[in-house]
Amino acid sequence: MNVTPNRIVVKDLNFYYGKFHALKGINMDIADKKVTAFIGPSGCGKSTLLRTFNRMYQLYPQQTATGAIMLDGDNILDRNQDLNKLRAKVGMVFQKPTPFPMSIYDNIAFGVKLYQNLSKNDMDERVEWALKKAALWVEVKDKLKQSGMGLSGGQQQRLCIARAIAVKPQVLLLDEPTSALDPISTAHIEKLIDELKEDFTIVIVTHNMQQAARVSDYTAYMYLGDLVEFDETSSVFTNPKRKETEDYITGRFG
Amino acid sequence: MFLHEARLKRQILLDALFRNMTRVAALGVLLLLGSILFSLVMGSMPAIHAFGFGFLKSPDWDPVNDKFGALIPIIGTLVTSGIALLIAIPVSFGIALFLTELSPRALRRPLGIAIELLAGIPSIIYGMWGLFVFAPLFGDRIEPWINDHLGTLPYVGPFFSGPPMGIGMLTASIILAIMVIPFISSVMRDVFEVVPPMLKESAYGLGSTTWEVVMKVVLPYTKVGVAGGIMLGLGRALGETMAVTFVIGNAHELSKSLLNPGNSISSALANEFTEAVGELYTSSLIELGLILFFITFVVLSIARFMLYRLGRREGKAS
Repeated sequence: MNVTPNRIVVKDLNFYYGKFHALKGINMDIADKKVTAFIGPSGCGKSTLLRTFNRMYQLYPQQTATGAIMLDGDNILDRNQDLNKLRAKVGMVFQKPTPFPMSIYDNIAFGVKLYQNLSKNDMDERVEWALKKAALWVEVKDKLKQSGMGLSGGQQQRLCIARAIAVKPQVLLLDEPTSALDPISTAHIEKLIDELKEDFTIVIVTHNMQQAARVSDYTAYMYLGDLVEFDETSSVFTNPKRKETEDYITGRFG
Repeated sequence: MFLHEARLKRQILLDALFRNMTRVAALGVLLLLGSILFSLVMGSMPAIHAFGFGFLKSPDWDPVNDKFGALIPIIGTLVTSGIALLIAIPVSFGIALFLTELSPRALRRPLGIAIELLAGIPSIIYGMWGLFVFAPLFGDRIEPWINDHLGTLPYVGPFFSGPPMGIGMLTASIILAIMVIPFISSVMRDVFEVVPPMLKESAYGLGSTTWEVVMKVVLPYTKVGVAGGIMLGLGRALGETMAVTFVIGNAHELSKSLLNPGNSISSALANEFTEAVGELYTSSLIELGLILFFITFVVLSIARFMLYRLGRREGKAS
């Protein structure tokens, strides 16, 4: 279906919350340096699918996944997969801004320090680079020592994006990144997503179909744990192949 | 209509009554605090007149010649509480961390309840257990080892060499630590539990280990609550009377060694009020009480002030 190379390949992925079967045999390819959006009604499994890409579900003992998710020739779900290395390659941003209780500078440096031993100069450069990438540098360059918790909601979310990309991951997972933000901050973040796809493979979960249409190259529509339709965004929204998809995007359902 | 108005009037009256009752209750606390302070000051006047500030610096405690000084009990109170915290803080941290982050779900409740039950044991039970079970064991098995190994170290040696009697400052500190652990750990557990899961996931999502998440995210996020829990424990340790009285040895002697018997303010008060004859003796004991009151007040104020400054630096309190 797509001509660009794949970054992530999902094969026969099943996911369980205890006994509840939340993802049912998902197969999909995530294109490199493109934006892929997961849409669908609440509880359809889109966030669950996203959280398998960095094995976040591992924190909770009841949650299990079977199948394979290939990234760089490694199976992410492999028992021997080094979680720290995986999470250096796959960054994540959440529904609500989650700045750490430390300064803006330290928020960015936090993740970098886990993997690299940079000199003060190199670290300064990295922090500046990440903040510039996240379009936050101009607003915070004079208050890097202040707490990240003192920023506005939209700034905090861009701080979280900067923190995620400072590690230089290959993949950026965005779990409804604008659901807690006002329209102006949302527009900022969407513009940012468009710029970031030059460097990163982006997967975004969103409740907002207009957002999916605006920012993504590919769209996956999910329902009750099934991947119903997955194609280029333009064709999903203008010419859906499945009746269920059409019902959802036209607002007749969900 | 008439009935209605009467009812309305009654409601207004009741409301005013209720408002004034709450006001009286709130003001009553202040009044009580003020009168306790007042009676402590009045009671200690004879000793203050007789000894002045020298009371704080003097190690004398000689009822026969009517010479009194508070240095030994003050040091005893501060040192035992300090050592108790040194022991209790890391242990409580471990307990809270295990209960919130690492423990299997099935173990959480029973363990948490067990720790809360520890907090409910009356202090006299700790005292009896300390005197009859812990102190002999400690004196026979552990203090000789401390003498041999820590007592020979340079600088800190003198603190750890002394007669292995089982009772003394160190024993009192350990009993105190055991007593404050339930308080500190249950507060720590409660505040660790309010950390938003998403914040922890963000740190895990960057590749942090559990240790890094706890030290760099959970602890800074909850530091106000953690410090509050520690202060609660310190407050309890400073004023704890019965358990300390049982095991501290109650000797008015100034000694470097933690193995020697000592005295704390509260245990001096508990032991000596019954036998205090003469105005100056009683008054000196009351002044000790005033000093304890003052120490606790200062400790809590410092804690408040520290938390306030921390809060301001975080940009939270404005």
